[in-house]
Amino acid sequence: MRTFIFAAALVGSIAACGERPQTNEANTRDSTAFSGTDKAFVNPGWKPGDKASWESQLKARTQYGQNDYTRMN
Amino acid sequence: MARMKFVCDAERCIECNGCVTACKNEHEVPWGVNRRRVVTLNDGVPGEKSISVACMHCSDAPCMAVCPVNCFYRTDEGVVLHDKDVCIGCGYCSYACPFGAPQFPSQGTFGVRGKMDKCTFCAGGPEANGSQAEFEKYGRNRLAEGKLPACAEMCSTKALIAGDGDVVADIFRNRVLRRGKGAEVWGWGTAYGSKQAGQPGVAAPEGAKS
Repeated sequence: MRTFIFAAALVGSIAACGERPQTNEANTRDSTAFSGTDKAFVNPGWKPGDKASWESQLKARTQYGQNDYTRMN
Repeated sequence: MARMKFVCDAERCIECNGCVTACKNEHEVPWGVNRRRVVTLNDGVPGEKSISVACMHCSDAPCMAVCPVNCFYRTDEGVVLHDKDVCIGCGYCSYACPFGAPQFPSQGTFGVRGKMDKCTFCAGGPEANGSQAEFEKYGRNRLAEGKLPACAEMCSTKALIAGDGDVVADIFRNRVLRRGKGAEVWGWGTAYGSKQAGQPGVAAPEGAKS
């Protein structure tokens, strides 16, 4: 019984050591946009993980989606 | 690729609030939080102008500078995002932002100010791309789906343009040259440091179409 109480007190005393660090660090865990998602809504025309194809696809989308002069002429 | 930017063409904006609705719907933004809104200058006066305003993802973002817990970060595309797990909802960013972008949900206990919420340029947040956790905290990650912000893509008059800074600037420049007026881009200089900021518009050449 005494051993159990001692073990419980020991666990309780070191419980705070398991808390997440409260550091003031900039976030770096975000993944890149060109790595894509595993969803079915991904726009076709580019290869997830290929930055160059993602960029060129977005530029093309900007032109045909938002530049009405190129769409009309 | 250049950095991502927003341009709102005040000559074209008709204050339909389609961008606001698109944003609310796309990200299921809660009641009381408006990541984007339409502001009308000289409302009711002939010649009034409307502009769609949200986080402009500034080159030198003041929100990042004042955040006491450093929850903001900038992606490779120049999109300013924040980590809601780090945000303490102090509201300093709200005072620093020249566009009034940071929003605070107030449905907490006793109306307490919650974690800051703002436009993400449809780029999600630090959670895994396309995950449920990312959607619930930050909304959809359209950039990772190879798409552009919903507000700009839904804009009926194409007043709001979003995308690669060089491309959107080229589109806007082409418009101004064709119509011969409306070169003022509200917020562009404040957000991206253009030397043209605050300069009066160029007079329309004779024969220019409006």
